[in-house]
Amino acid sequence: MNCNNKSIELMHKYLDGDLSKGEETTLRMHLEECEACQKHFHELKRTITLIQSAEHISAPADFTSAVMKKLPTEKKSMKYTRWLKAHPVVTAAAIFFIFMMSGVFSMYNQNSELVVSKQENLIIQGDTVTVPEDVTVEGDLLVKNGKLIIKGTVDGNVTLINSKLIDEPIQSEGLMASVGEVNGELETVDQVFEWIWYKLKDLFEGVFAF
Amino acid sequence: MDQIIREKIKQVKKGDQSAFEDVVSFFQNKIYQHCFRMLGNAHEAEDMAQEAFIRAYVNIHSFDDNRKFSTWLYRIATNLTIDRIRKRKPDYFLDAEIKGTEGLDMYSQLASKERLPDEEVESIDLQRYIHQEISELPPKYRSIIMLRYLEEFSLQEISDILDIPLGTVKTRIHRGREALRKRLRHV
Repeated sequence: MNCNNKSIELMHKYLDGDLSKGEETTLRMHLEECEACQKHFHELKRTITLIQSAEHISAPADFTSAVMKKLPTEKKSMKYTRWLKAHPVVTAAAIFFIFMMSGVFSMYNQNSELVVSKQENLIIQGDTVTVPEDVTVEGDLLVKNGKLIIKGTVDGNVTLINSKLIDEPIQSEGLMASVGEVNGELETVDQVFEWIWYKLKDLFEGVFAF
Repeated sequence: MDQIIREKIKQVKKGDQSAFEDVVSFFQNKIYQHCFRMLGNAHEAEDMAQEAFIRAYVNIHSFDDNRKFSTWLYRIATNLTIDRIRKRKPDYFLDAEIKGTEGLDMYSQLASKERLPDEEVESIDLQRYIHQEISELPPKYRSIIMLRYLEEFSLQEISDILDIPLGTVKTRIHRGREALRKRLRHV
């Protein structure tokens, strides 16, 4: 047998735990009769023991804290993203709320121009709506984003949205008891939530009117 | 222990940075030791070991939960140290053949540094000496010898860590053992 190759190969296989029964017998038989190989085998095993006895090295005492300090700090947006991923129901509710509010606001802000309900006999100058003297407006009157001056009579409810009712200064006609007359309710809506409330009320009234 | 680490990793993936602290303190000695043996000095070892943990943290989402975390972490550390060794200058390979000669390599240019065994054991702490001998192995043998006998990974795990075929692991571990046998037989 060629000691220097075949049996050394077997020794390494033995050390890796890859030796079959037959090969093990071959190796043992050979080792019994070959002193050189015996020595070689002994040296290999001893080498492994020596490696394993190498000094144990510990990390510096502040190693962990040093690593933790060097970790990238998380971006706030990442934190939120992860939090949102972890709470899908809240996320859905939040998104719904955002869409709803943005819808409401855009509807509220969209119409910054003057809107007046369709009625005859009204005088419109810029953002000022006037109910002229001696005129009776039939039906409900709605003014949005403007000013309303009532000199005559409104035969119905008056609703002002983001609008002002201007009491025309009583000049020379100081004798008149009242400037104008509203034969119904006068309602003023200025705040967003009041406006929403008004819209809802309107909706319900619309629903129950049928 | 594996189960605990697995749980911690899940928490880290969810963004719990403090869970990673436990992971670091559990593996710090092993990884530091691995880097120290690969690089041979404390300063570089600390740098690379820290870097390995930081990379593990940054890339935690690419870690497959079905695999072993230690294998993955050792892989990062080993690659980092090998890169570091490559970047070192100057880079001479002792077994590279010298140009213009035949069969003559750098080993033949070195002065004989045969030491007297008695002197050796007396003057240097044996463990230090063994460590030094291991660190003089070429990196590709050194990493495998260390993973096998100091960190006690199976050959299959080593093949996973280094991403090389099992057969190559076996060839290298044979050569590494033989090289060390020659260096350590007079101890």
